[in-house]
Amino acid sequence: MDKTSKKKGNFRKGKDEKLIVESDGWWWLIHRGITASFLSIALFSLLVRAAVSLHPYSGAGNPPKFGDFEAQRHWMEITINLPINQWYRNSTVNDLGYWGLDYPPLTAYQSYVHGLFLRHFSPESVALFASRGHESYLGKLLMRWTVLSSDALVFFPAVLYFVLVYYAGQNPSRRRSDIAWHITIILLNPCLILIDHGHFQYNCISLGLTVGAIASVLSDKDLVACVLYSLALNHKQMSAYFAPAFFSHLLGKCLRRRYPVLEVLKLGLVVLGTFVVVWWPYVHSTEAFFGVLSRLAPFERGIFEDYVANFWCTTSVLVKWKRLFPTQSLKLISLGATVSTFLPSMIQQIWAPSKPGFLYGLLNSAFSFYLFSFQVHEKSILLPLLPASLLAMEEPFLFTWMTLYALFSMFPLLHRDKLVLPYLALSALFILLNHVPNGRRTTRDTSALRSFVITVSVLCSVVLHVVYLSLHPPARYPFLFEALIMLVCFSQFVILTVYTNAKQWMLLKHSNLVDKEKKLL
Amino acid sequence: MEAQTAPKLQNPPKPRNPITELWWFFAISACVKLLLIPAYKSTDFEVHRHWLAITHSLPLSQWYSDETSIWTLDYPPFFAYFERFLSVFANLIDPQIVHLQKGLNYSSNTVLYFQRISVILSDLCLLYGVFRLTRNSDSMKQKMIWVLVIWSPMLVIVDHLHFQYNGFLLGILLISLSCLEEGRDLMGGLIFAVLLCFKHLFAVAAPVYFVYLLRHYCWKGLVRGFWRLSVLGTVVVAVFALAYAPFVYHGQMQQVIHRMFPFGRGLCHAYWAPNFWVFYIILDKVLAFLLGRLGFNIQAPAASFTGGLVGDSSPFAVLPQVTPATTFILVLISLSPCLIKAWRHPRPSLITRWVAYAYTCGFMFGWHVHEKASLHFVIPLAIVAVQSLDNARHYFLISIVSCYSLFPLLYEAQEYPIRVLLLLLHSTLMWLGFSAQFANGIALETANSGKKKDDDFQTKRRSVAAAQKGGFIIGCVHWSYLVGMLLVEIWGQFLHPIIFGEKLPFIPLMLISTYCGIGVIGDKSIYWVRSNGNMVGRIL
Repeated sequence: MDKTSKKKGNFRKGKDEKLIVESDGWWWLIHRGITASFLSIALFSLLVRAAVSLHPYSGAGNPPKFGDFEAQRHWMEITINLPINQWYRNSTVNDLGYWGLDYPPLTAYQSYVHGLFLRHFSPESVALFASRGHESYLGKLLMRWTVLSSDALVFFPAVLYFVLVYYAGQNPSRRRSDIAWHITIILLNPCLILIDHGHFQYNCISLGLTVGAIASVLSDKDLVACVLYSLALNHKQMSAYFAPAFFSHLLGKCLRRRYPVLEVLKLGLVVLGTFVVVWWPYVHSTEAFFGVLSRLAPFERGIFEDYVANFWCTTSVLVKWKRLFPTQSLKLISLGATVSTFLPSMIQQIWAPSKPGFLYGLLNSAFSFYLFSFQVHEKSILLPLLPASLLAMEEPFLFTWMTLYALFSMFPLLHRDKLVLPYLALSALFILLNHVPNGRRTTRDTSALRSFVITVSVLCSVVLHVVYLSLHPPARYPFLFEALIMLVCFSQFVILTVYTNAKQWMLLKHSNLVDKEKKLL
Repeated sequence: MEAQTAPKLQNPPKPRNPITELWWFFAISACVKLLLIPAYKSTDFEVHRHWLAITHSLPLSQWYSDETSIWTLDYPPFFAYFERFLSVFANLIDPQIVHLQKGLNYSSNTVLYFQRISVILSDLCLLYGVFRLTRNSDSMKQKMIWVLVIWSPMLVIVDHLHFQYNGFLLGILLISLSCLEEGRDLMGGLIFAVLLCFKHLFAVAAPVYFVYLLRHYCWKGLVRGFWRLSVLGTVVVAVFALAYAPFVYHGQMQQVIHRMFPFGRGLCHAYWAPNFWVFYIILDKVLAFLLGRLGFNIQAPAASFTGGLVGDSSPFAVLPQVTPATTFILVLISLSPCLIKAWRHPRPSLITRWVAYAYTCGFMFGWHVHEKASLHFVIPLAIVAVQSLDNARHYFLISIVSCYSLFPLLYEAQEYPIRVLLLLLHSTLMWLGFSAQFANGIALETANSGKKKDDDFQTKRRSVAAAQKGGFIIGCVHWSYLVGMLLVEIWGQFLHPIIFGEKLPFIPLMLISTYCGIGVIGDKSIYWVRSNGNMVGRIL
């Protein structure tokens, strides 16, 4: 009794002291350090993910081909029922025409593990042949849980690693609430949540591995970075969007060391070793190897699909690329365009590798792939969005802007999946988290012109949302609204990527100054 | 005994706008609740839909006598009027929702969205109540209360998943309490009367209100006191008249009362709330078993507890039967210390605590208590919890236990991660918040005993260290209890199905309610002894 009353006395005295800590509105959430606040934020993010997973998935109740959900389920069915050398091969038991496996082996192994999990609780959901188009309460639930657990086991730890590394060298007086905000913004990225837990995919694994690789690069563990990035690449070939940045940054770093050739060789061997391990069942015969490889490059699907907000699709309103050129030359043209757009950022990193430059490089190379490469899907916007979210502290406005337009560019897709409600709720949540009262202080002076432009474009997109949801397009142009959305998003993405490229080169000036200072010292 | 309301702070370094912040908290929870729309909903969803239909399609005289569905209207008239109000909009959106026959078990998206969103919007009432109660507190307390009430996992589970309008009703209770705390007794009494006409289960706190208002409002000399008493009486009677007069006019009063007090339902709800009667039943079973072994002829009870409807036969084999009157007397006895306190020193700052205490008593000893009724005391207790370290510790345990005892409501696998995450998130936020709040007091001590204050970061570091020494720590009894809860959960979810398979499905449920019962009773009795010990001693 005495003890408690003493404490109460102390508590009363503590009132004035509170004034100091209350200058930071979120002090209570973060006073136990980054890891404790990460825990609470991660729990909230998981809750949001679990809630989103209650909603329909792509192709729900839509035979005969269903959607990505059925594709992933089918891969589980194939991998647990067939021997490993049959997975990528067309045969009487494995019809590649029906959602054949077209991701690299790590995805196949992941499907195998998840397939075992499904088979344990619901054998009929992964039975060979019989389970095609299997849709049941339990089946959906188990599938959703595999994504939830992959997210919690891969993406979340990777983000924690990144945050710990990214803020390790920084001035300790940096407000911890800023760090907490950054964690929140990365974990609650609405696009990633909607695609993984709504539409149904496993981007969290490849993106999580990429974040891990980025964090390793930032903490100068280049070999670990190579392993993690190779794994990401082996989970989803789309991770190659980041390859130029990784390559150029690591090469640039090696060139500045004592034995550049040796360093490069070391990294190369690690990458090769990782690849050999992952591809082990397929490296015994060239036939098997090329069989898998050919599955990974679906060139027959054309230069773009649906209405993706990239260069080829947008300009095809005016120039009919598909009719003008054969696929073969389109491949070359798109390759040329992609390389020429990511080249400047690569050169910058080889010339002067730096940590912020590396993050900008990731963003720029992913953007150039998204805008110019062959066979891009709407969902690929997740890749440029990832480095943008890692840069959110440096470029809060760019990140917000990009996320909103990335979301918007996926709106028709999500509308088809009947995910409009989570779309709206997550957008609202994102905007709310961006405007935490008394949280971060981003009081930048905004010019009248800038705020006018912002208001106009926000209004435009709101109007487009409403129009898309309420009106029927004219019969002559059934995809008029999709095209309009694509146009708006494309214009924003182009502006953003021009800005980030310029920004990356501006870093050079800054780093030169730092170098000179070092030499003087 | 308790820390008084916070002394006014000087202007904080940064101007903050509490109203924006409060809206922000609300909006965040609303987003999550929107995401939860397609989740599991209990039969209460259809109950409320059917009430929309009754109040919309039938004349007032038939509201309480209609038997189209088994889900008859059994809330007091104001709630029926509330449903009538909602049904106007429901009719605009989709007339089938309010159709008496065609609407039965209607489950299209329109009705789902309409009803779910109506709950989310009716939480605005809770928001207003919280705003009124916290507008004069300091920022840390405000935030803690918002986290505990607006982000309450129990409200999410009961209102937004299971489906009810508790947030709305508790909002009315909080508004009433805030009036009392501000000294506006008449208004507080009036709003409480309104609340009783929304849901009569809130009447458990009526004795506290009565004693408090009598002493604090009316006890002002003979003439003035009598005048005030008559004013108060008139106001309360007027509210009740407004609610019941139309039914009296139509000669429906008896029917209304019959519907509102279904004493035929038995002592315990189909699923046992973790209260005193759980132990009574278990004691009965144990005694019956032991006596049976010793050779006595024990008749197996005719009625079972889990059946819901019990009828006249005693469900107990050995112990005496419990009647509604017994429970009523028990509730009153357990309330008495608090009533005596309220009579002696009617202090506005304590009224919230007393009301929460009253609902705890009602939960412990009441007749046919739902596990959901724990909301009635957990939400008001949140206001009390932030006032002292001791209260916070108790609240930490009691809210976790109560939330956990709601788990069986969401028995489907789909909601399993959601309910677990809700509880974990709530406990983490509570732990972070309380330890931040109560670290400060001790931090000051260390900071003063040290020579100088460096910068605020250093102070924070020190306060964290101090917190580890003596701030918000959970004692080892509480810890082991929480670990035990984890074990109960693991048993119920994983080990029981593996070992027993489909057999004995009631054991995990029984385990949960017994275990939670131990928690609630244990914690409450310690708390009760601590806070009432002195006074009871004096009385004896």
